Amino acid sequence: MQEVTTEKKEFVPNIVAFCCNWCSYAGADLAGSSRLTYPANVKIIRVPCSCRVNPMFVLKAFQQGADGVILCGCHPGDCHYVTGNYYTRRRMALLYSFLNYMGIEKDRTRVEWVSAAEGAKFSAVMNDFVKTVTELGENKRLTDLRVKEGE
Amino acid sequence: MKDVALKMIDRAKQLLESGEVARVIGWKKGDFCYDPTPAAFETVEELKDFVYDYFCGANLSKYLIQMSKKEGKTAVFLKPCDTYSFNQLIKEHRIKRENVYVIAVECLGKLDIEKIKAQGISFVTGVEVVEKDVKVFTADGETTLYKPDVVLSKCATCTKTHQVKDEEIILHERPAKDVNRFEEVEKLEAMTEEERFAFWREQLSKCIRCNACRNVCPACSCLKCVFDNPSSGVAAKANDDKFEEQLFHIIRAFHVAGRCTDCGECSRVCPQNIPLHLLNRKFIKDIDNLYGEYQAGETDEGKTPLTSYTESDAEPKDVFNGEAK
Amino acid sequence: MLKIAKERLNELYAKINESMGLFIPVKKAGEVNYAVWGEGKEVSLETLKTVKSPKNAFFPQTETMMKFKTEGKNIEVVDVRKDYVEEGKLFVLFGVKACDYKAIEVLDKVFLAEPVDTYYKARKDAMTVVTLACSRPEESCFCGVFGIDATAPEGDVTTWLDEAYLYWQANTEKGEKLTALVKDLFEEGGEKEVAAQKEATKAILAKLPYAALNLNRFKPENLNDLFDDPAWESLSEACLGCGTCTFVCPTCQCFDIRDFKTHEGIMRYRCWDSCMYSDFTLMAHGNSRTTQMQRFRQRFMHKLVYYPSQNNGLYSCVGCGRCVNKCPQRLNIVKVIKTLGGKAND
Repeated sequence: MQEVTTEKKEFVPNIVAFCCNWCSYAGADLAGSSRLTYPANVKIIRVPCSCRVNPMFVLKAFQQGADGVILCGCHPGDCHYVTGNYYTRRRMALLYSFLNYMGIEKDRTRVEWVSAAEGAKFSAVMNDFVKTVTELGENKRLTDLRVKEGE
Repeated sequence: MKDVALKMIDRAKQLLESGEVARVIGWKKGDFCYDPTPAAFETVEELKDFVYDYFCGANLSKYLIQMSKKEGKTAVFLKPCDTYSFNQLIKEHRIKRENVYVIAVECLGKLDIEKIKAQGISFVTGVEVVEKDVKVFTADGETTLYKPDVVLSKCATCTKTHQVKDEEIILHERPAKDVNRFEEVEKLEAMTEEERFAFWREQLSKCIRCNACRNVCPACSCLKCVFDNPSSGVAAKANDDKFEEQLFHIIRAFHVAGRCTDCGECSRVCPQNIPLHLLNRKFIKDIDNLYGEYQAGETDEGKTPLTSYTESDAEPKDVFNGEAK
Repeated sequence: MLKIAKERLNELYAKINESMGLFIPVKKAGEVNYAVWGEGKEVSLETLKTVKSPKNAFFPQTETMMKFKTEGKNIEVVDVRKDYVEEGKLFVLFGVKACDYKAIEVLDKVFLAEPVDTYYKARKDAMTVVTLACSRPEESCFCGVFGIDATAPEGDVTTWLDEAYLYWQANTEKGEKLTALVKDLFEEGGEKEVAAQKEATKAILAKLPYAALNLNRFKPENLNDLFDDPAWESLSEACLGCGTCTFVCPTCQCFDIRDFKTHEGIMRYRCWDSCMYSDFTLMAHGNSRTTQMQRFRQRFMHKLVYYPSQNNGLYSCVGCGRCVNKCPQRLNIVKVIKTLGGKAND
């Protein structure tokens, strides 16, 4: 008789990180070259500026199965395009507050400012975000069930 | 209200006869007392079907996008709430202001026939409003209803005044109202995340993706909506999965954030009566709290909250329930 | 004829639900739409018009047609069609009004004509329709204009509802089968009450404001005249181009086919489409109807002229009046009929 194993698969969240080209992406690079680690389930998408991120990108990421979305840009005042991240800050503050109003867990979304010199911060932020989302569990409220068919 | 309508017709007649305007936009009589349709009147003859009554809830300002580009001037009757949308459209360069003649008309709150019918009344032949009493006449008599129960949801909390006018037809003063338009939003904010999710899930599951909310919205004036664009990757006609409706309504609400004047047309037209204005009001409330009070459409110039910033804006992670920690 | 006390209807639903699915008007978040019945759901048979029509049950707003799975250069096509009858997944559509039942006939002529739409047919074959006569028609109703008797709808089973009882009469073999299943809950009787209700309803129907609409001008020989009528411009002037009228309509049948990418491959689905939309029948060269007036005209010409000219004069409007109630700007087919229908409608 075959033995039935009921071992539960450990939940590994899918994390999408939008990183601006000039600061945060370079920060990720520095984290790498400094041999600092961050979880492999963080998928980085490079954008020219954090303000390039349309709310649609965030929602699309959730639709396609992300469990958490983090947006990283230059520190306010340090934007390569001078003011881009100021707009990001307003947009994302409103969007995330709104998503929470619709019942989406606040901790699934985050904005962090990471400069090109902050490899250690990048690593710490990602580790912390992954931990938070892992505790929250699977994203069930803002996902398209069709995507996960057959899984 | 009859006296107002007569005056409006008179004025429309003058404007058309003198040739000052080529057309007048107002409301055309329907088959019943409660189904007027927005219409353009180009001749004095056509004005015989002109009406203005308690069922003229439609916001006429969006029609001006097309009409103001036509040959000749267009006169339009705008209620207080409509003028905000008008200003916002001017700000966005969607209406040619010089081609429009705005006549501000009074509004004492419009009635919702669905709410009247929901009280078990059908075959309505007419209504008469005296302060807070709505006398509803039917084939077999009359019933008196309490006005706040049967006004359009957008009128319930409206305290708007005309922001733009070339002239006005106002015969009755509207009594001042003491209302908090964010009451319902606050109620939702006070719920737990789970409760809020359940509330919106249930409401949005009714959505049939008819796009009426989008198409009626004066802030939704894109030439081609992202949801109609096959190459956008999100074009969907389906209400297939709960996500489709969420995506549509979240993106729509966000796209009009800072530009939505709270005219409430979205909730008026929804065939499933989803309280869509509660989505937009959340953004309005958050903007007020975080970036200072702002009423879209108060002026036709200046920057909107989402196209401006200050160096000391709140960090997203500190914002909870619309308040910065 | 059989009857069951109103308080016992939940027992009836539960009994049907033991062996079959049950679609019935259910109130959710304030609105009544057809939905799958379950314990605790708030059934509302008294609601005259559900927001969406019951066509959802056998022609869902979205439905998967097939799936593609790719592995390397191989594409596997997965047929997702089911034979519901063979699988024993039968269902009952309960509470259908006369107009909505007539609408099924209109849809059948589209979907069951060669080549048969197998998705539609599979659901239809598994469906038993229980109709419900109207007792309180409303001012937006005009089914009589299309020769429909609201007091005696057809269907596998016809029912009537009054203050105390639901009266039940099987008409077809499917109906008899369903009756046999639930018979224990019923008692005999009700002929007198039903006859009285029919008479009372007929009196209301005769007095409806739209009862005398005249359709004589809407004939194939007038197609060109109607098409070129200048009145379309003013009729469609206020049209927002939303899809409300088409999505609440029981006879609208247009759909679009789209692909959706899943983690597993591609899912091809169809979803209702609306001729009011700017991207309706969009082709590589652009859109065949570029103005809202053309789209508006298409919808009503289809209902009143094109469809009947291909189906022995059967109009593809059944007078349910949903568009009359739901159009955001209060445009509707009645205003079209009155404007273009000639003197008889003055």
